[in-house]
Amino acid sequence: MSAVVSLSNVHKSFGAVQVLRGVSFEVGPGEVVAVIGASGSGKSTALRCINALETVDSGEITVCGHKVHDPALDRRALRRDVGIVFQSYNLFPHLTVAQNIMLAPTCVKDMGKAEARKLAESVLARVGLSEKADNYPEQLSGGQQQRVAIARSLAMQPKLMLFDEVTSALDPQLTGEVLRVMEDLARGGMSMILVTHEMAFARKVASKVIFMHQGKVWETGPGAMLDDPQTQELREFLHNGL
Amino acid sequence: MSLTPVHLQFIAIGGLWTIGLSAIAFIGGSIIGFALALARISPSPLVRRLAAGYIQIVQGTPLLVTLFLFYFGLAVIGLDRLPAIVAAGFGLVVYSSAFLAEIWRGCLESVPKTQWEAAECLALTRWQRMTRVILPQAMRIATAPTVGFLVQIVKNTSLASVVGFVELAQAGKLVNNTIFEPFTVFIVVAAFYFVICYPLSAWSRSLERKLNVGRR
Repeated sequence: MSAVVSLSNVHKSFGAVQVLRGVSFEVGPGEVVAVIGASGSGKSTALRCINALETVDSGEITVCGHKVHDPALDRRALRRDVGIVFQSYNLFPHLTVAQNIMLAPTCVKDMGKAEARKLAESVLARVGLSEKADNYPEQLSGGQQQRVAIARSLAMQPKLMLFDEVTSALDPQLTGEVLRVMEDLARGGMSMILVTHEMAFARKVASKVIFMHQGKVWETGPGAMLDDPQTQELREFLHNGL
Repeated sequence: MSLTPVHLQFIAIGGLWTIGLSAIAFIGGSIIGFALALARISPSPLVRRLAAGYIQIVQGTPLLVTLFLFYFGLAVIGLDRLPAIVAAGFGLVVYSSAFLAEIWRGCLESVPKTQWEAAECLALTRWQRMTRVILPQAMRIATAPTVGFLVQIVKNTSLASVVGFVELAQAGKLVNNTIFEPFTVFIVVAAFYFVICYPLSAWSRSLERKLNVGRR
């Protein structure tokens, strides 16, 4: 089967700063790809390009059959297939947890209120937050908010999930509960790309690890690659990071 | 000669005109101002610039001058013999639309960009993002400054007296011209303004409390 995501020689600059300098990689169906690297290595930008939150300067990105680099891209069609979870959760503070989750299915898929509510309850059960349906986001801990954000994405039944440093704002205790949800997703066969600083998680869950350095894919391999880095840069990164 | 019930009644009727003119200014100004606020954050640079130009011109003109322009300007283009309330109404609508537009643009922009992004990534259309995610949050932020500006509108309707419109301040002036007790008369006028404006600010405070339930 063909790749869910493929990047080919992607370049992206912000003004004079070249953030991506020829990035290429592929994600197969059901694959879990962990993107690691120092801040400024371009890993978050690469993720945002995949979801068309940033437009690329050159190169090609194909995601679930959508040509993302094409100026004529149907962004809404792309976003129906791709879910993204952000570092800062970005829940809608004026809506309850259930309303947060129901919003997109009712707006985008014309789902009825009752059906959407059932859907919300089922995705909340998946992230272990059934009892929080009628709370407002601010009444939840950071870890719970992040799990709601994951549930909100899942409700759209995406074919690919993107995670942009989703545990970076959480303390270690709360990090664990979010990682467990992500691990469940991975085991369930979801195609995932995660930008992360959680090396242990990457080693354990990722089917492929991509180390980015200076806007390029520097080294790539299975999770075990983190125990046996081939390049000096990855060695230094792992040494400094751990 | 002193203040009689007839004088008081005359001032009270002026007060009603003040309320009416304020309502015209606020309702008309809201409709145009809301459209302008949306135009100010439009994806199209041309639309943004046109709206900004209108707002700058209006905000850069004293309301007194705007009122004169409408009063004499409408006559120049053949709409003479218009009642003063029409010219005053037009002037105040234009004035309040420009200020409301800027207040509301600020409120819309104070909703974090990440909220737009999150809504966009859920495949919502721009209209859905605006109405379901951004506006409800912006409205909370907008309540207090909007009602605060409503108080400004009420007080600024007193300028409509220059085009011959008899509202609260002008009614006071006319009464004073007959009884020559400026201090008494304008204390009464001020009290009327307070009675109109105070409930507005109290309402603003209670709205703020109510809208903050479930969210800080």
